[in-house]
Amino acid sequence: MTEFGGWNMSVCYSSIVEEHHAVRNQVGIFDISHMGQIEVSGPGARPWLNRMLSNNVDRLAISQGQYSLLLNRAGGVIDDLIVYRLHDNQFLLVVNAAKTDEDLAWMLESVSGGVAVLNCSSLFGALAVQGPRSAELMGIFGQLPPRNHFCDLKIEGSSTMIARTGYTGEDGFELFFPGDLAPFIWNRLLELGKPLGMVPCGLGSRDTLRLEACFPLNGSDLTQQRTPLEAGLDVFVDLRKSEFIGREALCAQKESGIKERLSALKATGKSPPFRSHYPVFVGEEKVGELTSGTQSPTLGVAIGLGYLNVEFTQPGQKVEIEIRGRRYTASVERKPMYKSSTAKR
Amino acid sequence: MQAPDDLRYTESHEWIRSEGEIATVGITDFAQDSLGDIVFLELPEPRTVFQQGETVGVVESVKTVSDILAPVSGEIREVNSSLGTHPESVNKDPYGEGWLFKISLANTDEITSLLSSSDYKAKVEK
Repeated sequence: MTEFGGWNMSVCYSSIVEEHHAVRNQVGIFDISHMGQIEVSGPGARPWLNRMLSNNVDRLAISQGQYSLLLNRAGGVIDDLIVYRLHDNQFLLVVNAAKTDEDLAWMLESVSGGVAVLNCSSLFGALAVQGPRSAELMGIFGQLPPRNHFCDLKIEGSSTMIARTGYTGEDGFELFFPGDLAPFIWNRLLELGKPLGMVPCGLGSRDTLRLEACFPLNGSDLTQQRTPLEAGLDVFVDLRKSEFIGREALCAQKESGIKERLSALKATGKSPPFRSHYPVFVGEEKVGELTSGTQSPTLGVAIGLGYLNVEFTQPGQKVEIEIRGRRYTASVERKPMYKSSTAKR
Repeated sequence: MQAPDDLRYTESHEWIRSEGEIATVGITDFAQDSLGDIVFLELPEPRTVFQQGETVGVVESVKTVSDILAPVSGEIREVNSSLGTHPESVNKDPYGEGWLFKISLANTDEITSLLSSSDYKAKVEK
């Protein structure tokens, strides 16, 4: 067990590698009850959320979710989250555990008339069921939503919000339900999933899976000093919106051009696992630093993410990573470094 | 938690098996379990000389890096080269196939001052 954002969580239940392979080949279940839930509602909710978040909430239909970013005035990332549209004027934001209080404080500073912002994190428990066989398992409970959409299904008589979203790069679902039902739903799913090869998975495999899929992690790859443009998340920023917090700074940055970009790096030979803060060299020039890394169970080599000077971010660029005084060869890769054949886009 | 009786142990979770002038060294079952999936090892070069307690190398798992310390003073005689392609042997068989290196014993008193199996088990079970 380890401390994570104020919560006591498992690094793994059996082994990180075994849990990782289970998600890539069958199905795995993660306890994500630590995540925060913030409800935003009222007649002014939609336009207000569009001013607070980078992505365009007007494009969200009821029962749909979208990945979005909460930015500071300099365009830096406070948090990355998914916003779900529950009704015309009712939205649910699922945010990072360690950022819930900060996100809430930031939102409450700017809240305007006709908008209610409510922290309902303590009411929710949440689980993620991820892998190519996840739909087979979850289909037991009824008709499943398409990717990035959610629906309400009954698990053993209890109403559960099931969203087809995830952080692993596989097809999968994130379930949200009243907190006291958590152990019951966890045990029931483990029981039903066992014949499909389902295992419980912890933070360790959560990290190796998301790194292979090149999903950034808030606190290491995303920080208040980095903009979504530098992080390669342009597609989740709608600069055509007339106003949102951070827009001016991002427009200026787009105009002048970014200096560094978050790149995916893969070892080209045998090396120790990559980790955050390892420097990246091209010849004798230090061109950046890793912000996260690991040994990839599926690719069999070390992988990582790091901000590099833009001139060296073309896929195929050869670099060296310095680890404990020795240099190991790597190359810049296209994202994602792993693509599932069954994941729904 | 396995800790064979015929071995001696360090507080830093290395084991040592004396075979006359040379001894074989590895990390314990407790250590491999705490580390998790081992993916990389930096082992010493043969012929290098170390003092007891010096860092001789590194064992790295998916989640963390840990130093390997010399349980006794001596010269490295042999290194387990199979660990380059099969680092997981250290997890699967820490006292057998997962041995790390062989070292000559500069001072045989050093081995007797190390922990016995029961002392080591008592220490980790605390």
